[in-house]
Amino acid sequence: MKPDDAKIAWIKEPPLGWAGRSYLLLFAQGVTTTLRHFFSRKLTVQSPEERHEIPDPLIYRGVHRLNRDEQGRVKCVACFLCATTCPAHCIDILAAESPWPDREKYPQSFTIDLLRCIFCGMCEEACPVGAIELTSLYDLAGKSREEMVFNKQKLLSVFDRTKDAEPPPVVKQYTLSLSSNNM
Amino acid sequence: MLYITIEALVKIAVLIAGVMGAAAYLVLVERWMAAWVQDRLGPNRVGVPLTKIRLFGLGQPIADGGKLFFKAEYTPGHVDKIAYILAPLVVFVFALVAFAIVPFGSILPPAWLASWGIKEPIHFIVAPGVDAALIYFLVVGGVAVIGVVLGGWASNNKYSLFGSLRSAAQLLSYELPLGLALLGVALIGGSLRLDRLILAQAEAGVWNVFVQPLGFVVFCVAAFAEATRLPFDLPESEQELVGGYHTEYFGVKLMLFLVSEYLHMIAAAFLMVILFLGGWHFWGLTGSGEAVPWYLALLRLIVLVGKVGAVILFFMLVRWTWLRFRYDQLMGLGWKVMIPLGVINLLATAVWLEFGREAALRWGWPPALSMAVWGWLTFFVSAAVFLLWDPIAEDNRPLRGNSLSMNKLGC
Repeated sequence: MKPDDAKIAWIKEPPLGWAGRSYLLLFAQGVTTTLRHFFSRKLTVQSPEERHEIPDPLIYRGVHRLNRDEQGRVKCVACFLCATTCPAHCIDILAAESPWPDREKYPQSFTIDLLRCIFCGMCEEACPVGAIELTSLYDLAGKSREEMVFNKQKLLSVFDRTKDAEPPPVVKQYTLSLSSNNM
Repeated sequence: MLYITIEALVKIAVLIAGVMGAAAYLVLVERWMAAWVQDRLGPNRVGVPLTKIRLFGLGQPIADGGKLFFKAEYTPGHVDKIAYILAPLVVFVFALVAFAIVPFGSILPPAWLASWGIKEPIHFIVAPGVDAALIYFLVVGGVAVIGVVLGGWASNNKYSLFGSLRSAAQLLSYELPLGLALLGVALIGGSLRLDRLILAQAEAGVWNVFVQPLGFVVFCVAAFAEATRLPFDLPESEQELVGGYHTEYFGVKLMLFLVSEYLHMIAAAFLMVILFLGGWHFWGLTGSGEAVPWYLALLRLIVLVGKVGAVILFFMLVRWTWLRFRYDQLMGLGWKVMIPLGVINLLATAVWLEFGREAALRWGWPPALSMAVWGWLTFFVSAAVFLLWDPIAEDNRPLRGNSLSMNKLGC
């Protein structure tokens, strides 16, 4: 495209006034701003000693947990909605026949590869029974890749650690077994 | 003879150690400034090695330097090896050599060293009595450009080459206003020796910044450009050129480049203080004569270094205040504003020296007063002229200067 092409709309820079041209007034303005920030309160959180304050832990998206119900059983019904919706494909569920009468399936194993997880929280949104949740634990580190793949036991232990600070949501328990469905 | 050699060697050792230590710690200070301006705390963890003592992060420069020293020494395969190694050395050596003529205090009388057999007064300057000190400084500053160009060319990398070309154009353009501003001061002080120039200001009791505001502004801008500090850091603008002329450098060679940048800044700050801010002089504190007792000599050292520190802090504050210039704005500012202003300042000073001083004396005005009035008059008149004229606005970029298409579209 040539510079004199009719399609090009030429825009003129707005002309500077004498104050802008002299730079000095703008410089005074700029120095005032930098000096104000120079002496202002610092926002740094000195991390290992001080902890970052999370305004609302209930909506923070940190490490996952698998919730337990009142009897201490895993709430998950192995419906695979979270694994299906996960954009990073990091949830791996192995379903098995449930030993309990109120549901058909339960997860025999439930692993989340936290190295692949992008902490988007879509699993939490997809879950129909409120079984998987993201907690406010954010300092997540491991010494090996295997350590960062959380299995069911580990996810349940995260629940045990955080259940008091972040109570699990009250979700109406769906009856998923066909036998008790009086349709 | 032996004594002079030893004295010179001791001064060189002290100066190099001081300047290099200052350069290392200025990196820390710069990081602190950057952090505080951005509402952060900055490096505050590294203290004494192998202990938990933190010392506000004062160990950081040692850790940084150690890291660069222990990097693998490696020369990329696509570079011109001799020039690649030579370039940082040239830059570093000529940055360091510039300090030979910079006085870092006044004269220490021999009285308290007499028991050691020292009878000569000690000048706080490595090479005392160099008559062409200012010219020497300009020459050495000009040679540093060669190292930068050499490094950019030897790297065989387009970003490095762009950086070095920008650097060459910028540094050579701003040598001119720098020299013009220096000449104005040299005319008033009647000497090219830095210690004489301080003495002239101290004896008059008036710093040059008060009598030559125009020269100070020109010098300030040119010094920022020569030190390639932020409004003028185009040679290494990270956002455009990766790292500029030192993109291909690492380890000790990169450290030499980075340290020389800080050396340039320290040298510029020294020169600004010495030429315009009165050097070691402070009213009612340091006296004004050349021969003083030893405690006043040490006080002068402290005053000078304190002023230099303040100027460097100003340099660093400006870095976080001003945006980088576009390249044509940089060149326009240099050639269309700063050089004419420098010439005006030089002419005005010469006119005052030739005619104004005596005329004012006849009216009963002291020279300092008439010079100040004349200097501020020049400053305001030329500032008004340049604001109304606005020479930078007439740039020659193809997009905006294409009046053909402008007219066609009725802009």
